Amino acid sequence: MTNRRWLMWLPLCAFGVVVAVVAWGLWRPADRTVRSAMVGKPLPDFTLAPIAPGKPGLSSADFRRGQPRLLNVFASWCVPCIAEAPQLMTLKAAGVPIDAIAIKDTPQDIGNFLHRNGDPYARIGSDVHSRVQLALGSSGVPETFVVDGRGIIVAQHVGDIRADDVPGILRALADAK
Amino acid sequence: MTRAAAVALALVAATPAAAQTANAALAYTQLPDADQERRARALMETLRCIVCQGQSIADSDADMAGEMRAVVRQRIAAGQTPRQIRDWMIARYGRYISYDPPLDAATIPLWIAPLLLLLAGIWLARGSFRRR
Repeated sequence: MTNRRWLMWLPLCAFGVVVAVVAWGLWRPADRTVRSAMVGKPLPDFTLAPIAPGKPGLSSADFRRGQPRLLNVFASWCVPCIAEAPQLMTLKAAGVPIDAIAIKDTPQDIGNFLHRNGDPYARIGSDVHSRVQLALGSSGVPETFVVDGRGIIVAQHVGDIRADDVPGILRALADAK
Repeated sequence: MTRAAAVALALVAATPAAAQTANAALAYTQLPDADQERRARALMETLRCIVCQGQSIADSDADMAGEMRAVVRQRIAAGQTPRQIRDWMIARYGRYISYDPPLDAATIPLWIAPLLLLLAGIWLARGSFRRR
């Protein structure tokens, strides 16, 4: 019987383990960000019509020209997209080529948005039904993908680009060379 | 069915010209083939809405969920199997998107833990009954 004494403590130990698991789950900050599983894979094939006056549309072939580029997923109706506009202008000033996919947008709204917040984009493709957005594994706007010169997605930034995110994005672009 | 079609038509008529295609309607309109619609519906109920993450795309009213429903219906109508469409979604969003966990190395604890706990319970119960 004495060698079975320790069994008495087993339920308490099991309870302690449950408490530890629950406490860990409660204290750990919840991260509900859905990241794309396409990072490390080639861009899906797409061709999107132009939407902004005087600016070409966008196709996946534009990302296979040897130079790393940013692919910004945005919309004129998206408030955080306004917040990240100055950072995109900074990146453009640093010589970074930026293309964009506009989600559920109209030429007039895009024109107003670019007029008001600046225009960092070389090309803008119109994705009215989020088809390309879904194919990219993007779960909202804004999102930014770093694409290397062979059309492989090397990094994804979910949400608006803040000023302190800019060095990291420049580094990802440099690493992609 | 005709009422649903009329509502869908009214909705389509109310949206701007740019958004007016068959794709938009598929988010809220059933497929004409009842068997295809049944398969699409079953799949939609096991795919997570990535905007409102506690809901399936069948339950959610978010725009993104609507687009995902349209993708599911389009691909089912084009002859793809629900399995292929689920794999396509998982390749884009990771396994988080699927509410239907497959049995493999990563999920084996999920499947066998209840069995192990049940066996442990039987073993404990047997011990205490024997003592009486």
